[in-house]
Amino acid sequence: MALIGCNQVSFSYENTGVIKNLSFEVNEGDYLCIVGENGSGKSTLMKGLLGLKAPADGKITRGDGLKANEIGYLPQQTPAQKDFPASVYEVVLSGRLNSCGFMPFYSKIDKQAALDNIKRLGIEHLSKRSYRDLSGGQQQRVLLARALCASKKILLLDEPVTGLDPIVTEEMYRLIEELNKKERITIIMVSHDIQSSVKYASHILHLDAGDTFFGTTADYMQSAKGKYFFAEGK
Amino acid sequence: MEEILKMFSYSFIVRAVIGGSLISLCAALLGVSLVLKRYSMIGDGLSHVGFGALAIAAAVNVASPLEFAIPIVVIAAFFLLRISGSSKIKGDSAIAIISTAALAIGIMVATMTTGMNTDINSYLFGSVIAMSQKDIVICIVLSVIVIVMYILFYNKIFAVTFDENFAKATGTKAGIYNMIIALLTALTITVGMKMMGSLLISSLIIFPAITSMRVCRRFKSVVICSAVIAVVCSVAGLIVSYRCNTPVGASIVIVNVGVLLIFTAIGSVSDRIGARKFAA
Repeated sequence: MALIGCNQVSFSYENTGVIKNLSFEVNEGDYLCIVGENGSGKSTLMKGLLGLKAPADGKITRGDGLKANEIGYLPQQTPAQKDFPASVYEVVLSGRLNSCGFMPFYSKIDKQAALDNIKRLGIEHLSKRSYRDLSGGQQQRVLLARALCASKKILLLDEPVTGLDPIVTEEMYRLIEELNKKERITIIMVSHDIQSSVKYASHILHLDAGDTFFGTTADYMQSAKGKYFFAEGK
Repeated sequence: MEEILKMFSYSFIVRAVIGGSLISLCAALLGVSLVLKRYSMIGDGLSHVGFGALAIAAAVNVASPLEFAIPIVVIAAFFLLRISGSSKIKGDSAIAIISTAALAIGIMVATMTTGMNTDINSYLFGSVIAMSQKDIVICIVLSVIVIVMYILFYNKIFAVTFDENFAKATGTKAGIYNMIIALLTALTITVGMKMMGSLLISSLIIFPAITSMRVCRRFKSVVICSAVIAVVCSVAGLIVSYRCNTPVGASIVIVNVGVLLIFTAIGSVSDRIGARKFAA
């Protein structure tokens, strides 16, 4: 059974339908990139997958016992966050909140998990620094570490490279690829960047009002859409 | 010094010091979240709603105006939170509309019935003698509730303040914690209003948080620093008020402004030193 599946799902935003009858599924270990123009419903779909927004029609299913508290999420940053006074450790640890349940405080296991994830993303030297003093790329790493604290199974990333310079962008993509390949973490990423999506993803979901594509990256390159975007390059 | 000791021989001053410190402490704790969530004006809106409610209570001669006002302010808090979240009228304008409307209703009701008497005046600008024995009991109970809830929910409050969407997506019921913050804020404001005045109470929410953020860089230190600043400023403000014979609310705010300026200076100096360390 698929980890997350959409069956004939429709979403509307302020009473206008943005997504109609969308069906796709994501299996364990997949790396899915959701691409599409502005307003094609990428962010709305992301909210739906996260359970923050109910679909107008259809059903989103979570298989294999995937609970809400087993989803890791890397949201887009809000302006309020950029100058938030919190240490890196505090931010990363907050990713463990869903494993606390009704307990008011973090356990030793939670604290260790936070430290492990800080190490895993190579930001130990920053752990005592304040989040607001970090560069954009470092902040993204911190948020990724927090997302990893929340889940070992699946990560949903909302335009994770927005505002990053080319070098840091490449590092970020490598890091995500590593998590996907080495640790078999399922990745669902909303992206503007079709080139990199095709380079790294195993599956592509291209949202387009009349003509949505879902399939493997190889198929996408053969489709009319893929050819349209990559015709010049060849 | 002697004069300060003498000051504490008046029982109403002792009541004001206890009440003022506790209210300031609660407001500062909640203020950190409210300021960081860009909700700081909710405090202002609620205090005006509180004034309206107290004016109506005075007009219809309710035995205890405070008990009449609390539920109204609590309802207003939930309402304000809801419209800041999702509405065609954006949060800041919505708060301005509600707060000025409530203030206007309060003034209308007051002038048409009892007139702008000392009671109404003290609701607007605060009064040191306003704290009765009963108010102090309410203050103490309230602040114990706020502090205990704050400690118990500290980690959740941090998560919801830092990133509400992440918290929701990963299975934390962010809505409940927002409501708890709103409820506690409403209670703190209504109880503190009599002393601080409804026009000035929101400063207790905003100043300590902003001040400590000039210097502190971790959430926990911001919270602790705000709490200390709040209590120190409120006691200092009371002493100023006693010495200079000025209204207590305004005096506390002025002390807060002074501390903010000092912290801003310290913050910019330490930033510069930090930058130099980096460069080296």
